[in-house]
Amino acid sequence: MSEINIEHTETTPKVIFNKETGVFSIEGKTLPENVNQFYEPLLDWLTDYINNPNDETVLKIKLEYINTASSKAIFSIFLKLEKLIENGKKAKIIWYYADDDEDMMDVGEEYADVIKVPFEHVEFESED
Amino acid sequence: MKPKFIDFVFDFFSHLRNNNVKLIYEGEISHDIIKAFTALTENDLKAKKEANPTQKKVFNIMVECLQNISKHADCIDDISQKNGRGILLVSETDDNYQITTGNVLKKEYVDAIKTNIDNVNKLSKEELRELFKKKLSSGRISEKGGAGLGFIDIRRKSNNKLDYNFSKINDDKVFYILNTVIDKL
Repeated sequence: MSEINIEHTETTPKVIFNKETGVFSIEGKTLPENVNQFYEPLLDWLTDYINNPNDETVLKIKLEYINTASSKAIFSIFLKLEKLIENGKKAKIIWYYADDDEDMMDVGEEYADVIKVPFEHVEFESED
Repeated sequence: MKPKFIDFVFDFFSHLRNNNVKLIYEGEISHDIIKAFTALTENDLKAKKEANPTQKKVFNIMVECLQNISKHADCIDDISQKNGRGILLVSETDDNYQITTGNVLKKEYVDAIKTNIDNVNKLSKEELRELFKKKLSSGRISEKGGAGLGFIDIRRKSNNKLDYNFSKINDDKVFYILNTVIDKL
């Protein structure tokens, strides 16, 4: 299947979904004007993917900013991974947060509480 | 220039100074305007070497408040004005930043907004976390793209109670002011 490879903008993240290489990542800022317009193609791609997925899917999330409308869309993406597990496949979410960003750490923990997918929380050193 | 107008401009400038207002805007709140002002504020806070968490909180809260206006603001006069207009003020004291937005709103929304803000104001940190999780995992994104999470998020990030006011414009419309204080770390 074709890959998703979207460069980041000031308000949308860099997204890679690649079945061949097994790279799944969302990185940067997510505060788009129209949340559905940005996330619907990603959700459609994942809907196709879960019909014929890899044995294991690891999704890396490394966000600098997330608005509340996006948090709902990211939740929908995580539900797709939940579906993989229901179908007997392996899936994992790696949530990266800067060591000085307590709010982003909290968001990761809250997702982990409501999504039935294994979460790994990884702290990294803030750049500035 | 007419003397009255000169007085107005000078008074306006003095009022801004006296109230520690660093940034003011009135007009259409478009996506480009949101990008411009958040970038401006972000650069300003960076230049002042404000603590990273404070920078992020100010940025996040500005985005939530402005996206609220761009989605929900009404117009005073249904014919001549576009939707999504409002004002934005960013003020700064030694101890905090204050983000104030104002926009015209249909009277029928007032009760729902009051109930929402009063509710998040009285919840504890842990209760807010639970409410956020509940809202996150239920319901769909509304037609306008809001997720019903905005006030919870603003309240949690600011660590302060949200302050609001509704001033009557006419029988159908009010001017809605939302004020958020973010303490410096």
